[in-house]
Amino acid sequence: MPTVAPLDLTGHCVAAVFLGGVPHFALADGTVHRLDNGHKTETIHDGLLAAVYDAAGDRLITGGEDGKTVATKADGVSETLADIGRKWITSVAAGPQGAVAFATGRSAWVRFADGKQKEFQHPRSVEGIAFSPKGMRLGVARYNGATLHFPGADGKPVDLEWAGAHTGISFSPDGAFVVTTMQENALHGWKLADGKHMRMTGYPGKVKSLSWSAKGRWLASSGAPAAILWPFQSKDGPMGKAPLELGTRGNLMVTAVACHPAEEIVAIGYQDGMVLAARFGDQKEILLRRPGKGAVTSMAWDREGRRIAFGSEAGDCGVIDISA
Amino acid sequence: MSQPQQIPVTVLTGYLGAGKTTLLNRILSENHGRKYAVIVNEFGEIGIDNDLIVESDEEIYEMNNGCVCCTVRGDLIRTVEGLMRRPGRFDAILVETTGLADPVPVAQTFFMDDDVRSKTKLDAVVALVDAKHLPLRLKDSKEAEDQIAFADVIVLNKTDLVTPEELANVEATVRAINPTAKIHRTSRSGVDLKEVLDRGAFDLSRALENDPHFLDADDHDHAHHDHHHGEASAIHDVTVKSVSLRGGEMDPKRFFPWIEKITQSEGPNILRLKGIIAIKDDPDRYVIQGVHMIMEGDHQRPWKDGEKHESRLVFIGRDLDEAKLRKSFEACQAA
Repeated sequence: MPTVAPLDLTGHCVAAVFLGGVPHFALADGTVHRLDNGHKTETIHDGLLAAVYDAAGDRLITGGEDGKTVATKADGVSETLADIGRKWITSVAAGPQGAVAFATGRSAWVRFADGKQKEFQHPRSVEGIAFSPKGMRLGVARYNGATLHFPGADGKPVDLEWAGAHTGISFSPDGAFVVTTMQENALHGWKLADGKHMRMTGYPGKVKSLSWSAKGRWLASSGAPAAILWPFQSKDGPMGKAPLELGTRGNLMVTAVACHPAEEIVAIGYQDGMVLAARFGDQKEILLRRPGKGAVTSMAWDREGRRIAFGSEAGDCGVIDISA
Repeated sequence: MSQPQQIPVTVLTGYLGAGKTTLLNRILSENHGRKYAVIVNEFGEIGIDNDLIVESDEEIYEMNNGCVCCTVRGDLIRTVEGLMRRPGRFDAILVETTGLADPVPVAQTFFMDDDVRSKTKLDAVVALVDAKHLPLRLKDSKEAEDQIAFADVIVLNKTDLVTPEELANVEATVRAINPTAKIHRTSRSGVDLKEVLDRGAFDLSRALENDPHFLDADDHDHAHHDHHHGEASAIHDVTVKSVSLRGGEMDPKRFFPWIEKITQSEGPNILRLKGIIAIKDDPDRYVIQGVHMIMEGDHQRPWKDGEKHESRLVFIGRDLDEAKLRKSFEACQAA
């Protein structure tokens, strides 16, 4: 039976992550809480807007209302990587070789490990950013498409066009595909080798959570009353194939998804705070957490794939142990 | 639909120099019992240091549904979402637009985006109008006219800089563009803040309570009965017009498909629509309102004893075919 160790906090949880095997919860009020032989808290921002786990550096990268981009390590020690003053940092990304990126308004910056920064300006707002897992390449989601920058070189950016507002962006683990979430209820993808389009539509709500399964075979997504998983095993991605629907629950929307680090299993978080795990092959589901106070906003597996840290918009966070 | 935890949003429009910053500074500094989070295009001349003033680029996104009038402000979606993750810091939100801004995408954001809509509700669109420079503004921009046409509350500012005749003319022009808004004459943005904040203008039931003569075609402006109205043709540089319709009880089988069809086909030309509808055999008044192709309707309250079961509907927009609207509206009346 899975067990849940709750951590009842007050406020919207932006990200739940494991740092050094310790569960951390970053809240919108700027505090980061960790369960490390007891509950410990650090305040790292005056208002936290964006957070992403940096797997290479095993640290949490956050952006705040205070204009700061901060890296926090497992011991709770944080370092301000950049401070651009009185602007909201609305998106952050973690890349290879210790590089991070952050964005506000129409600009995105890449900060290299040596502290050097490079700014990329855009004609419209930078909505979402992500690094490609291979090479020094930054993807920017924007109005009418995505732009790929090569911060390590002086080359021209690559523009990928598709009408509509693109709000978030993610690269497949092999770097072959880039997928954006849109203001309309859809995902859009490009195969980078030939620029071929992939339309992934049919969602009743906006997609806010994406997670690639082990080896990038599937892309799990929220935005429907089930987790929607698009098959990315073939070289052309999911085109012409139906997605898997896992954990269907009437009219209750899935708000967060997180794929297991090794197996074909996805953790599914719902609008009412419930968390299920579902296996792709036989679609078998197990209940991990009963409904709580608010929608699940973020989930993360530990490296061993035994524990899941989760957070909600109401602040009722916790850790699920499935190994027991 | 309106849940108590929804945060009210006031939109402040007005041409450069109309007095928006002065009004904004008053809202931020005067004691009116509410704390505002303010979304501005530029910190500019706001003289007040406040954590809750957020700078944001006006970012208009067309929705990918083939409708050119379905636009939202992408930056507002992001900023409102961020603000609403830390509720309790403020009681209301104020959005200040740039002088040339189109108010429609701002308003539509609060209807079209599910996340924004679930957490906030549009309270009113307030337009500041510079009494001295309005005639010039109308000559050189469509936006000045749109801002007036779209407003629920119009603050006719800088009245001390014009003669009484000029003021009467300007006010008649404003009325011709927008027959339903509340107009307040003032100088130095000295309007009573109660008249600007917490109006519930998009909550038609409340708008009707606040102003029982709302939509009364023969009594546009309750303070001044000495003006002429509806004579847009006499005023130069005005392209927006309004069509006020009046009828008896409506046949729901005809009225609802009709209004649906009108908002679909004429949506791009309709800036605002507001109405009180008497539905045959329905004990309640039915109120509707719309912005372009978005339309909402709801039962408001039972008709009172002796109250005339009458339907009233006002369209504000461009290129509206008044005769056709009137004829087709009247054809929806119950036999």
